[in-house]
Amino acid sequence: MFKNKNQPSGVDTVENAKSEPDKDQPWKELGLKQDEYESIKEILGRRPTSSELAMYSVMWSEHCSYKSSKIYLRQFGEKVTPEMKKHLMVGMGENAGVVDIGEGLAVTFKVESHNHPSYIEPFQGAATGVGGIVRDILSMGARPVAVMDQLRFGAPQDPDTTRVVHGVVDGISFYGNCLGLPNIGGETVFDKVYQGNPLVNALSIGALKHEDLQLAKATNPGDLVILFGARTGADGIGGVSVLASETFGDEGPTKRPAVQVGDPFAEKVLIECCLELFHAGVVAGIQDLGGAGISCATSELASNGGKGMKIQLKNVLLRDESLTPEEILMSESQERMCAVVPKKKLKDFEKIVNKWEVEYSVLGEVIDEDRLYIDWGHEEIVNVPPRTVAHDGPVYDRPVEYPKYQDALNADSSSKLKRAETEAAAQLMELISSPNHADKSWITNQYDKYVMGNTALAMPDDGGMMRISEETGLGVALATDANGKYCYLDPYEGARQALAEAYRNVAVTGAAPRAVTNCLNFGSPENPEVMWQFKQATAGLADACQELGIPVTGGNVSFYNQTGETAIYPTPVVGVLGVIDDVARRVPSGWQDDGNNIYLLGTTYDELDGSAWAKDLHNHLGGRPPKVDLQKEKELASLLYGATQQGLIEAAHDVSEGGLGIAILEASLRFNVGARIWLTELMERDGVNLTAALFSESQSRVIVSVGREDDVKFQALCEARGVPVLRIGVTDKENQAVDIQGVAKLDLAAIRGAWAGVLPGLY
Amino acid sequence: MRIGVITYPGTLDDRDAQRAIRLAGGTPVPLWHADDDLKKVDAVVLPGGFSYGDYLRCGAIAAKAPATKEVIKKAQQGLPVLGICNGFQVLVESHLLPGGLIRNEHQHFICRDQKLRVENNQTDWTNLFEKDEEIIIPLKNGEGGYIATDDTIKMLEEENRVVFRYLELNPNGSMNDIAGLTNERGNVVGLMPHPEHAVEPGFGPDTAVATRSGIDGLKFFQSALKALVNS
Repeated sequence: MFKNKNQPSGVDTVENAKSEPDKDQPWKELGLKQDEYESIKEILGRRPTSSELAMYSVMWSEHCSYKSSKIYLRQFGEKVTPEMKKHLMVGMGENAGVVDIGEGLAVTFKVESHNHPSYIEPFQGAATGVGGIVRDILSMGARPVAVMDQLRFGAPQDPDTTRVVHGVVDGISFYGNCLGLPNIGGETVFDKVYQGNPLVNALSIGALKHEDLQLAKATNPGDLVILFGARTGADGIGGVSVLASETFGDEGPTKRPAVQVGDPFAEKVLIECCLELFHAGVVAGIQDLGGAGISCATSELASNGGKGMKIQLKNVLLRDESLTPEEILMSESQERMCAVVPKKKLKDFEKIVNKWEVEYSVLGEVIDEDRLYIDWGHEEIVNVPPRTVAHDGPVYDRPVEYPKYQDALNADSSSKLKRAETEAAAQLMELISSPNHADKSWITNQYDKYVMGNTALAMPDDGGMMRISEETGLGVALATDANGKYCYLDPYEGARQALAEAYRNVAVTGAAPRAVTNCLNFGSPENPEVMWQFKQATAGLADACQELGIPVTGGNVSFYNQTGETAIYPTPVVGVLGVIDDVARRVPSGWQDDGNNIYLLGTTYDELDGSAWAKDLHNHLGGRPPKVDLQKEKELASLLYGATQQGLIEAAHDVSEGGLGIAILEASLRFNVGARIWLTELMERDGVNLTAALFSESQSRVIVSVGREDDVKFQALCEARGVPVLRIGVTDKENQAVDIQGVAKLDLAAIRGAWAGVLPGLY
Repeated sequence: MRIGVITYPGTLDDRDAQRAIRLAGGTPVPLWHADDDLKKVDAVVLPGGFSYGDYLRCGAIAAKAPATKEVIKKAQQGLPVLGICNGFQVLVESHLLPGGLIRNEHQHFICRDQKLRVENNQTDWTNLFEKDEEIIIPLKNGEGGYIATDDTIKMLEEENRVVFRYLELNPNGSMNDIAGLTNERGNVVGLMPHPEHAVEPGFGPDTAVATRSGIDGLKFFQSALKALVNS
């Protein structure tokens, strides 16, 4: 890619750039467009040096610059009311948002994609996805305390899915377990639409005291810029540009060298080392090195602080001495951090990194000038305004077009599908043993959920929950959701639904929802129909956040999830964080006691379009997704919170994909305690038939089990909050069965057999 | 009573072990791998994790650490030592316990609530259990398959040095379902499952009564305190 290395004159300097203005440069190979290259020349008043070109190419990539999404992401900030900001300590734009949870404590959380590398090289792609998001959390001054992952794979039986599933799960397991972070939940969905474009999103959460907050800023001239952690190697070069910001095609060389290689041991040591540095007050600013490596860290630290830097690139410690300056600037080698350290603290800094046997080198210092100078020995190879690299990249208002297929898709309702009510029991069994609804413990059992001793809830419960304060029991709950099918049918409603479901999944644990993160996975922004989906989904999500009163604190956009002309379903993964004053009040997703009443909260409508019943049983996807009423969601969440505070609820489980039938089976499987269920009253009250009663995916619904002694109190509470409540059954420890009157008595052992054997059978 | 917990680079469950000691009524004392001063502790826990990244072989580098060398010396004189997971691997690599631990036979890391039978309640770490008591504590490992020569297995069985055996499911292909061992003297115990993750209601394994309420691991640490009082 870079010819300079072999030229006798050595590197391409600023002086060369002036004296040889017409030299051909590989801007296209680096993923830049012609007009982008022209504007670099305009900014600099000359052609860029090859090092500058390398920096701009990675920092102006879609992945780093958000150039196609920026104009839509703004509304997450614009649609925030002062009330919503009450708990927000750091909002969007930093490495991760920070939310006050009380008692002088805060948490930071974010979800990020690592989709493209995870297809090319599933093990390392997924592993470094975990590593990257954890460093984002660390760089806010927080101790990372948990991870979650949101996975989308292709058709379950496809041989290539086997390759991806094994690699991705092994990678997450390897990296997360070695880091000592409990994995507390996530999602796994199979659909052939993700065949060539699996999604691997990773979420991490960290905890900190208010006073420990760190920011990625270089504000004091004279402070030292220090790179520490792993050495810089040749891995991940161009990861953000040529890999993450392009559509997969059939041609071209392998992109495997653009995938990073992770060493979780190095990261574990780096975490402990950083936390000790923070607590010793040695660091004035900190930035992790992920996408775009040193290019990103230096330009962002300088730009954020409104200052400049003078860097000696020869000081970077290398794994391979033959790396060119351009490669060093672009390398995405993992487990590296960049700190800004006041000169008088250097001794303290050295003492701590030496204790942890972490390597470091001083690259240069902060200067009081709006300029980033990088030298290679005695030659100047970069001389740019840092803001133009880090923040003032191109912004595109891409063409948007209502998809040609959309009207026909929405008209193709599921109402034409035959509803064979005598087959309801068989359909329920078929659904619970389909890969999307089957037991996921083959995956989740490969993750450590116990380490740190603070996990209050983890999979298969609806949300993960961590204790943050060992003294008071103060904790947080987290859930993530995205239904790609709904978003394909209607991206605006689908995005609102993703938020509603994550919000509900936090509420069922007993926590109060407080903040949002998202990872927006879409096809190519160069396709106007994909841009329409993106526009609709971001509007839907921003509107819904405003209506629910919880702000987006940060997130990530992943475009180009498409192979050739085929894009994935729009998949905006939404994560909601909730706060609970004492995790001892948490509510699991299944019942354990005998003879408790089972209630359905909410109303069931005939909503089978886009459902698991339609797609997984009838291979049909069309019509309109279920309607979302956020006022109802709020009332439901407030009821659940109130009931949990009074200790009235034994178990609570969200009714979502697969409908009430699947929810009942899951709640019974959780502790292997059965239930007797009757649906006639429900069918009469809501005017639905048996198929809809069992499989409709109407929103704002939850099943709960309540001890008999708390019945009156609970029903009164529902009435006071205006939440529809109906007793639909009782828990039954004796029978070891789920007995749905008028449908079938399903033996628990048989259900478990059908449910638990699916993934081990496939993989 | 002061019980030391060694932190190696890559150790993960050190704070969990410290919490377990505290909940059992002891005083946890953090020990650093590079330091040969064991701070006059009365017993030592080698916690779980991936010491030195598990490079070379799990536990192999940690077995040569200055703190470990002190532990080996003191263990031979009777200091109670518990090795959990990676700590068990360190004990095996240190030759305080025989045999070896290899990659799980199914090739995957596994985390599950594991049922065990306490085969030997005469050690410093199991004296509060009933003989043949069945307990549930979390297990989480990638390299937990116990192997040894036929002669060693025979010797361990004959001398009643198998302390814990996996019940219902052998999660990693260990020979004779061996989950944990002791030395001749009964002061050194190593096992793959994690007692320190089953010490506090709300954060342990599920039980038949309530979610995550299992605390069977607490007796390990209480046993050590009892052994120390009686010694």
